[in-house]
Amino acid sequence: MGVDPSFVGRSYPPTPVYEVARTTLAAFGEATGATHPACTDTGAAQALGYRDTVAPPTFAVVVAQAAEAQYVADPAAGIDFSRVVHADERFTHHRPICAGDRLVTVLHVESVTQRAGLSLVTTRCEIADDAGAPVATVRSTLAVRPEEVAS
Amino acid sequence: MTIEVGTELARREITVDRARLVRYAGASGDFNPIHWNDRVAREVGLPGVVAHGMWTMGAVVDVVVEALGDPGAVVDYQVRFSRPVPVPDPGQATVLVVATVGATDPEAGTARVDLVVTCEGQRVLGKAQAVVRLPADR
Repeated sequence: MGVDPSFVGRSYPPTPVYEVARTTLAAFGEATGATHPACTDTGAAQALGYRDTVAPPTFAVVVAQAAEAQYVADPAAGIDFSRVVHADERFTHHRPICAGDRLVTVLHVESVTQRAGLSLVTTRCEIADDAGAPVATVRSTLAVRPEEVAS
Repeated sequence: MTIEVGTELARREITVDRARLVRYAGASGDFNPIHWNDRVAREVGLPGVVAHGMWTMGAVVDVVVEALGDPGAVVDYQVRFSRPVPVPDPGQATVLVVATVGATDPEAGTARVDLVVTCEGQRVLGKAQAVVRLPADR
């Protein structure tokens, strides 16, 4: 079974609220080698005009991948994770994410295309605050290798 | 710091070992075993454990944050994952990032920073571009 193209155009219901904790931002920053003190120190963040500590530029992937799982982990979608590689990723920040944010994500399946024998699956996550104001758009493409044909 | 097309903003060598990948897995929630289990990585045709593409994407953009002095200055950031970064055990892999100003938009107050990211001389990210909001005084 390959990737089911009939999922294209599908949108999922808003996720439950994701609460951004200071400790989560600090752990993500530590793992990715974020050096700026505004990622870990509230005073440093406030000196730059932020309400609280600021997320490193790719932190939204944590929020997005949790939402993407609704689709990519659905067996009906036909995405075999042992055949998947991450092809590309893009973050558009409508405003920086800060500790204390309460984020809600709506997942859209944008496209399933074939290229060089691979299925390219592109999703878009629209991340907003709990009042509905846009925070970030995350586009992600997975490349799925076809199953080997037994010879 | 001058922000004009062609300016090299930063360059940095970043090392990554297995412990770093485990830490990233925990911090990101991405527990795909190809990032910590050699057997599984080889079964899917990789030479062994490879770094999360998202680790590489996250680690290299820090040079841009440092140059701008503000983690919130990156308004758009995209990459293509063109080649995996194998992470040996024992040992570590080294990723080199060079960040150069590719375009400026004075009206919008932004610049596009192009990142060339290599491991052992081979490009591991393609079309790695960050659009940054410049401080008002530049």
